[in-house]
Formats: sequence, C-alpha cells, structure tokens
Amino acid sequence: MKKWNEYLWIFSAVYMVSGFFNILFAWIGLICFITPLLLSIIGKGKIYCNSYCGRGKLFELLGGRLKLSSNRNIPAFIRSKWFRYGFLAFFMTMFTVMIFSTYLVFSGTDNMKEVVTLLWAIKLPWNWTNTSIVSPWIAQFAFGFYSIMLTSTILGLITMFFFKPRSWCVYCPMGTMTQAISILKFGKKAK
Amino acid sequence: MKKASVNQRECVACGVCEKNCPRQAITIFHGIYADVNEDLCIGCKRCQKTCPASVIQVVLKEAAS
Repeated sequence: MKKWNEYLWIFSAVYMVSGFFNILFAWIGLICFITPLLLSIIGKGKIYCNSYCGRGKLFELLGGRLKLSSNRNIPAFIRSKWFRYGFLAFFMTMFTVMIFSTYLVFSGTDNMKEVVTLLWAIKLPWNWTNTSIVSPWIAQFAFGFYSIMLTSTILGLITMFFFKPRSWCVYCPMGTMTQAISILKFGKKAK
Repeated sequence: MKKASVNQRECVACGVCEKNCPRQAITIFHGIYADVNEDLCIGCKRCQKTCPASVIQVVLKEAAS
C-alpha cells in the first residue's frame, strides 16, 4: 500500500491548474514556502524535500513513471555552489520586487495589474478572474506569487525533460535555503 | 566489492537516492548530504542512475567487506 505522501503530486497539479480558474488560489502556495523553512529551522533537515514536496513527486511521476525524462546527467555547473546560490539570490531579488509591487498597490501608489509574468519577462494577460471580492493588494500578491510558481514549474519541467526527473531539486531555491539552514544548524562536518 | 560513493560536497540532499535504495543503505544526514552505509550497500547503482545532481558513483572499495 502506498503511503499518503506519494499522492502529494495531486496537490501540486491541482494548485497549478487552480490558478487558471482563480488567481486568488495562488495564496495557498505559501504553504510550499513556509513549511520547508519551518521544518529545517526546527532541525528536521530537508525532510520536506525528501518526503513531502508535491512538485518533486510530480516530476518523479512525469519523468519517472510516465517516462517524459531523457535521464541524462545534469551539467556540472548547475550543481555548483555558484549557480545554486546565484539562482537563490536571483530568485530572492525577484521575490522582493514582487513584494514591493504588492506594497505599491497596498499604499495606493500603483494600480493592480492583472498580469502573470512568465520567466520574468513574458507578460500574459490574466483578466478573467473576478478579483473585486478582495483588496487590490491581495490580488496583486496572488498574480506575482503565481508568476513565480508557474515560472519555476516550467523551468522544472524543462530540466526534467532534458535531464533526470528531479533535476529541479538541484537548483530549487527552497532546497538551497533549507540545506543552508541545516548546514548552519548542524555544521557540514558533524557526524 | 562495489559500493556507492557520494560526492558530499556537491550533494543537494534531495533524498531521491534514499527513496530508491532497495536496501535502505542511504540516509540523508540532517538535510546536508547523503550518507551511505557500506555494510548494507550492494552496489546496485540504482542511486547512481536516479541522482538528479549526478554526484553518486558506484566504485570498487577494497576495504569494504
């Protein structure tokens, strides 16, 4: 009998699809940001990546069981510290920009834009959701956060296709952060 | 005998090897790197084949039992 966490890919898949119906569902994705950080802060290491990451399970299913991965080795530079921490820094910068634009809408300086930005450059109009039920900044955050989630899912799918199923895990900013927290907590050499 | 050897400096501790190991010979040390119990490892290469970071090599270890 399969363990319950083997079905977590459903969460990830439903999350990505739900954003197409109502962008406000994007807020649920904060679970995937807060849970791994909390777990590593309390000393559980990368148990989120190891056992509960829905996206990891989804890539395992698509690339592994459904054989959509070419299973090639990932180029060595992607697993280098420079690339991983560089990608984390880039990701955090983009996250800060997103928070700042949410703040601008919150303070009334800027208007809410019904746009999902793909790969940090391509702007997709996303105006079929009725966002008037919430404050504009809540909707603005949802658009920004969903942009991050969709972009990273697409990057993950591309590397899954060209390399091994869970290649995204090599440069996943959350994985890099939780590993860094674990190193700070336990030290690299301790046994 | 052949045993799995992890480049722990570049391991991302994702846990794919741990999950795929048929002998439960691999554990993730505090979310930092994968650690192989050479007494349990049978050198099947499943971890080497599935490691997304390609940091596991199954190599000949003379000292191992």
